[in-house]
This record gives sequence, C-alpha cells and structure tokens, in this order.
Amino acid sequence: MNMETVINMVLLSLLVVTAIAIVRIKDLFAAAMLAGIYGLLSASFFVMMDAVDVAFTEASVGAGISTLLMLTTLAMTGRFEKISGNYRPRLALVLVALTGALLIYGTLDMPAFGTAAAPVHEHVAPRYLNDSYAEIGIPNAVTSVLASYRGFDTFGEVVVIFTAGIGVLALLMRAEKPTPRTQTPTASMHEHMVLRIVAKMLIPLILLFGLYVQFHGEYGPGGGFQAGVIFASAFFLYSMLFGLSEARKVVNHVVVQILAALGVLLYGSVGIVSLMNGKNFLDYSALSADAVHGQHLGILAIELGVGITVTTVMIIIFFAFSGRNQIEGEKD
Amino acid sequence: MTILTTYISWTFLVLGGFLCISGAVGLLRFPDFFTRMHAASVTDTLATALIILGLLLQTDAWMVQVKLVMVLVFVLLTSPTASHALAKAALHGGLKPQLKIARGSNKAGQQSEAEA
Repeated sequence: MNMETVINMVLLSLLVVTAIAIVRIKDLFAAAMLAGIYGLLSASFFVMMDAVDVAFTEASVGAGISTLLMLTTLAMTGRFEKISGNYRPRLALVLVALTGALLIYGTLDMPAFGTAAAPVHEHVAPRYLNDSYAEIGIPNAVTSVLASYRGFDTFGEVVVIFTAGIGVLALLMRAEKPTPRTQTPTASMHEHMVLRIVAKMLIPLILLFGLYVQFHGEYGPGGGFQAGVIFASAFFLYSMLFGLSEARKVVNHVVVQILAALGVLLYGSVGIVSLMNGKNFLDYSALSADAVHGQHLGILAIELGVGITVTTVMIIIFFAFSGRNQIEGEKD
Repeated sequence: MTILTTYISWTFLVLGGFLCISGAVGLLRFPDFFTRMHAASVTDTLATALIILGLLLQTDAWMVQVKLVMVLVFVLLTSPTASHALAKAALHGGLKPQLKIARGSNKAGQQSEAEA
C-alpha cells in the first residue's frame, strides 16, 4: 500500500466522520463550521486526485464563502433548530439507507477506480489532453475545456449564479427597513482594533490575489469563479469589520447590480460576436485572424465576465443577508 | 542540495510535525477554553511556520520559494489574529479563564494562570 492510498483513506475516513458529526450536532453554528471543514477535506482529496482546479473551487466556495453565508443566515434564524411536531427520524433514516444502498448498487456497474479503460477516459478526454494545446494554446487544459470546449456549459453556470443573485434580491430586497434584532456576531467586532488593522493590511493583498487568480487561470489553477469568490471575500471582510453602512459607501448597490448583469452580458456577447463572424456560438477562433490568438482573447473575455458576475452576485447575496437584520452598521 | 540543508530542513519539518501533534494533544487535554485555544494557536502559527521553513529549504525553484514565503507571511498575519479574535469573542461572551485547577495536578493549570 503506497503513501497516496494511505492519505486518501485518511481523508475519506475524516470526511465520513465529519458528515456524521454534522448530522449529530445540535448547535447549528458548529454544524456550519463542520460543513466548512468538510469542504476543506474534499478539497484536499481533490488535490490528491490531481484535480487542483476543482480543489481550488471547493476550497474557496465550499470551505470559504458558503460557510460564511451559512453563518450570516444563522445570525438571522437563530442558533438551534426547532424540532417541529412531525419529526420522524426513522422514516428519514429508512429513506437515506435505501438511497445509499441504491447508490452503492449503482457503483457495482462502474469501472474500477482509476482504470485507464473507463469510458470517461476514452470519450473526449484524450482529444482534450492531446490537442488542446495546439487548438487553444494555453497550458492549463482544464481552463481550455471549461472556457472553450465547454464554453456553453460554463455560460449556463454563470447564468445560474446570476439567477441566484436575482432570486436573493427579489426575496430579501424589500427589507430595507428591517426590525431591530438582537446583536449579531458581527456587531461586537466594531471595537476590534487589531482585527481592523490586520484586515486593512490584508484586503489589498486579497484583492491582488483575486486578480492574480483571475488572469492566471490560463497557466495554473484558477479562473473567474475562484477569483470572483476571493475578490468578494475582501469586501465581506471589510463590511464585517467596519460595518455594513461603511461597506455600502465603498460598493454602490446599483453599480453592483448593473455589473452582475454586465458580466453575463459580456460572456454572451462574446458568443454573439463569434456568431456574427460566421462561426458557432462561443467559438472564439472567430475573434481574431489567428485562431489560437482568438481563443486567447475569448477565454480572457469570458473569464472576466465570469469573475465580474461571481464577485457581484456574492456581494449582493452577502449584503442582502446581512442587511436584513443588521442595524448596527448605522450605529457606527 | 547539500547534506547540511537537508538536515536543517528535516529538523524544521520534524519540529513542526511535533508541534502539530502536541498542539492536538493540548487541544484535547487542557482544562479550559483559553488554554485549549493557546494550544491550537501554537499549531496554527509556530508549527505551520516551521513546516513552511522546512519546505523552503527543500526546493531550489525560486518561484516556489517566493510563493512559500507569501504563504508564511499570510499565515503569520492571520493565525494570531484569528486566535486573538477568538479569545476576545470568548471574553466578550462572558467566558472567564479558569484560574484554579479543578482536580488532579494538571500541568496546564499553570498556563491558565499565566493567561489570566
């Protein structure tokens, strides 16, 4: 048994332990933190499987932003779950066991883990790995697949994120004058001198790192999704430490909403430009006389669109969540 | 890489690993929140810093070294701040450090007093 197998086994056992702990724990704050740990463990597992791009996304979204959004939500809803009258754990257990058994039964038909002969390795993957450098001309094959070969799918993902932002806005926007509630965890942060100073040191670095991830996605792990989340987290940090009203002065709400739509539009309009040049939708080789150069331009543009939309939608969601019950920003 | 740098590097790595384990033991064995947090923050800062220093000596690629130094700076900035925020939040929430040893002679009691 080699070292990699041991590490995989340890990581997967820790995943199971964390999942059981999430189910069993009653404190929802702890459950949210454990969900973050679950995300981090999955990210480590993805690194072990050499899927660094996915690991990066999982670490920034699964362990970072979603934990934060869950905690913000919990600040609204309360720390412990209310057990309602129709609480039937037995039925749920039977259902879960049944589903699990079916899933395990399903795996019996699957090829063995890591076999080279698996269908997924024989369909389009060899083409991507062998030809993508010649066709797209960027070293990171994952970005080639995500942004160019599967550009339409990624467009769909961006639209999903945009729709989520619109949904949150539609549901929570009317709460401009929220009723005063008890203090949230962020409220007590206002006097924290050390935190504020360190945050001031870190925020420029976080923004810089976001830009690096955004524009380095063609050469290493990264891209618009991760960059957007990292960029948005700098704004979250600022608004948590300096208050929501201070943060609203930095990020104009109207501008953010327009930018969220502009990101999707930028992505889509790259596709339209390809169409008008007589190529397929999102075929970037139409963007320049040189096909490979066109691919470069297209990927840069659509990644920028992804980054803008993800950043702004995350900011919209966070502000909508924390604006809902936070008055203490005005107390500042 | 010479023999000397290998030795120094592994000294750092083993020390860092030891501090990780001792931090975990402290986290489980120490009597109250603040002492446990102290153990965890040692793992966060010193152990991580030592491991990164050890890794720095393992590579000759300067690009990797620059990135490791950046990670080191980031960790040294954020980990103590996180511990500080945690301790302050606990104090703010009304949790007092435990000043007396409840029962048995636990070595951690001294740290609890020092923290107070």
